[in-house]
Amino acid sequence: MMTAPAPFLLKDASVSRVMTQVCLALVPGIAAYAWLVGPAVLIQLVIASLAALLAEAVMLRLRGKPLAMFLSDGSAVVTAWLIALTFPPLAPWWLVATGTVFAIVVAKHLYGGLGQNPFNPAMVAFATCIVSFPALMAQWPSVGLQMPLLDQIDIILGLAPRVDALSGATPLDAMKTALKLGDGEIDVAHLLANQDIYGNFAGRGWEFVAAGYLIGGLWLWQRRLISWHAPLAFIAAFVAISGALWLYHPATFANPLFHLLSGGTMLGAFFIVTDPVSGCTTPRGKLIFGAGAGLLAYIVRVFGGYPDGVAFAVLLMNLSAPVIDLLTQPRIFGMKDES
Amino acid sequence: MLHQLFKFKGGVKPPTNKTQSVTLPIAAAPLPSRLIVPLHQSIGGTPRPVVQAGDKVRKGQLIGEADGWISAAVHAPTSGTVLAVAMQPQPHPSGLDALSVVIEPDGRDEWIDRQPFDYANATPDDTRRYLQQSGVVGLGGAVFPTHGKLTASRSVAMDELIINGAECEPYITCDDLLMRERAADIVRGIGIFRDLLQPKRVLIGIEDNKPEAAAAMRAAVAELGENFEVVSVPTRYPAGGAKQLIRVLTGKEVPAAKRSTDLGVQCFNVATAYTAWRAIAYGEPVVSRIVTVTGNVHAPRNYEALIGTPMDELLALAQPHPDTDGTVMGGPMMGFLVPTPDVPVVKATNCLIAHADRLFPPKAPEMPCIRCGACADACPHELQPFELYWHARAKNFGKTQQYHIFDCIECGCCSFVCPSRIPLVQYFRFAKSEIWAREREKNAADEAKTRFEFKQFREEREKAEKAEKLAKAAAAQAAKKAAEAAAAAADSSPAAPAEAAVDPAQAAKKAAIEAAMARAKAQREAAQPKNTDTLNPQQAEELAAIEARRQAAGLTDAAAGTAAVDATREAKTEE
Repeated sequence: MMTAPAPFLLKDASVSRVMTQVCLALVPGIAAYAWLVGPAVLIQLVIASLAALLAEAVMLRLRGKPLAMFLSDGSAVVTAWLIALTFPPLAPWWLVATGTVFAIVVAKHLYGGLGQNPFNPAMVAFATCIVSFPALMAQWPSVGLQMPLLDQIDIILGLAPRVDALSGATPLDAMKTALKLGDGEIDVAHLLANQDIYGNFAGRGWEFVAAGYLIGGLWLWQRRLISWHAPLAFIAAFVAISGALWLYHPATFANPLFHLLSGGTMLGAFFIVTDPVSGCTTPRGKLIFGAGAGLLAYIVRVFGGYPDGVAFAVLLMNLSAPVIDLLTQPRIFGMKDES
Repeated sequence: MLHQLFKFKGGVKPPTNKTQSVTLPIAAAPLPSRLIVPLHQSIGGTPRPVVQAGDKVRKGQLIGEADGWISAAVHAPTSGTVLAVAMQPQPHPSGLDALSVVIEPDGRDEWIDRQPFDYANATPDDTRRYLQQSGVVGLGGAVFPTHGKLTASRSVAMDELIINGAECEPYITCDDLLMRERAADIVRGIGIFRDLLQPKRVLIGIEDNKPEAAAAMRAAVAELGENFEVVSVPTRYPAGGAKQLIRVLTGKEVPAAKRSTDLGVQCFNVATAYTAWRAIAYGEPVVSRIVTVTGNVHAPRNYEALIGTPMDELLALAQPHPDTDGTVMGGPMMGFLVPTPDVPVVKATNCLIAHADRLFPPKAPEMPCIRCGACADACPHELQPFELYWHARAKNFGKTQQYHIFDCIECGCCSFVCPSRIPLVQYFRFAKSEIWAREREKNAADEAKTRFEFKQFREEREKAEKAEKLAKAAAAQAAKKAAEAAAAAADSSPAAPAEAAVDPAQAAKKAAIEAAMARAKAQREAAQPKNTDTLNPQQAEELAAIEARRQAAGLTDAAAGTAAVDATREAKTEE
């Protein structure tokens, strides 16, 4: 006797399909990134993916879960890619691997594995590493660095000295440091005039990376894998607070466009705050989650000591997600008028 | 005239698979070898059997009598001999047997003396009773006795009568064919419902993938000079759910806690209207229905099948392919695999689907929920299925009720879209049945407690009465003695002894009652559970909070709950 319950018809959907589409959506951003800083990014993607799958396999074995079913669900690869894209592209291999293993083992499996993690694993990896290895996490390739693939591999694998070429910073970090050093003498407009670093909007080449993530994110939205709520609220909060402060004192606060197109804003908007497991699930909850993450990210980014604030902002909002969901339950069919 | 349509949230668009079974007209299924007619074929009570083994019955003869208002009569589907009135396997997912009348057809298919119902001279109540006696129930699948829905709310004006011809589930085409072929009788039946409910307007909703049916209905409405509106509604599952169709046609949302008449709207299936008209105009009770036979078969088609026909005999008409491995009753979204192939066709059987892995591939293994929210987007009742799942899985049934589990209509949209292949509806059914079971247990415990307390009260009363009698006897004796003494004392004051005579009697009675009340109190306190004696402060606080909630919930006696278990035990030992 078969006991399979209705519905007998099922939509052609699976977790691995969801995860594959997320990975596909990252491709435009990755392409722009690789064009900007070189193939090192791709190497980091491979390192992170291998580390994630290995850690996943070990944890699944330890937890007595079926390996094939969960290794092929693609969730570990998504986490790995997000880590590889947020870490400095020429970071030593063990740093990326450590972050990834920590994300999979601690942030994911110790909390119960797929679907159970209260915190975004990639952001846990970023936060852990930036607190533990601040110097390495701040070493970005100098802008316009031309380095052959083999040299990049040597640096990542630690076979070559970490040369001065790596003393660069992200445009976001460069801006903050310059403003701090300038101590009121230098204004944002002068800094942004340096097109070598800042390009036309926010950082030479970085605008294209941000645009790549934007395109991928819009595709995910069009495919209905993410809803508009969290990304829009995240971006709106960023624009609101950066715009207000920029209008208040344009000399010390960069304009909203700079903030939207630099750092992890676009990646965060479409690939981080949209994480369904650790984020909010109700429509209003997603708006609050996105807006809260945007505000906090700006505050950490501009007033805090770290190069970017998206990771900490998202982790703080992850903490609040359950209570936000509880308080924002939508009204159901037929009960919309009840108070 | 274009009718303004409203949208309902959620819903899905599974492949409809309806074209296979609409190419041929409805065919009458041949008489089966035997008929198994379950007595309980509608929501509500189980009709009482009025025949026994050996009886000869004629087609349309009453075999089960409605046992209450929400109950509908059951009739012999053909002429023949009653073989047994016995428990038989049922087309129900539970697989439990139920009382059925087994009839061996004599092949003559002889009707009873059919008399049209004198509708013109009947009161509305007569008509409702007649429909009940004719076994007219909702044929859309819910099988609610139709007469029970034909009374308008007293306080709310009846705005719309909705006739459901949407037929949103994939594969099912029985209503489609019925509308194409027998539109006039449907429209006449709707006229009866209209007369009884007096709505301001009548709307017939048909999904826009059935243009032939809609055209036939429009033609019939025009021909009969009715002012019913035939409205094409967008094809989207579950647009044919009563609440969804009401929403689409009127914009009104009927919550689980309300009746649709409270919002001035009522809804019937087209086939129900048809059977109502057959009963009234031809004196034919419901003994057959249209069943779509489709799925993994060579010749899908709609059959008019007698109620009680074994499903395997009906399915055989459509020639199932050899790899058929089961029969689904209903559609692929809400139907279920019948426990054995020979269970009977009942009034709720709108469709039989031959099941095969080729058509319905086995489900991939269940993965953990990733909270993607696809289920919430698909839920037509705007619930949060993943939250319900979470709490149902944890057997946290209180929480499932907070998340409105009883508003779930089990349409299956959430399971349909779930990328983790979680059988969400299964979890919700499980939670609902657990909640019902607990409710029953609690009611049983409450009843036991009431019985126990009454017994205690009765015993105390008997003791008190005994004591009173004794006291009275003593008082009478004292009075007698006093009277004697008074007589001896001859002519002194007569009032004093009389007073003395009353006083002891009353005092004894009072004392006896007080003693009884004190004993009752002591006993009640003794009945408290023992584990509350040594509480740590935290437990005590929790207990206080629970009692506060109970009191807030209107449970007057705070101790009742804690004592209930003991009371049950006592009552049991007493029995």
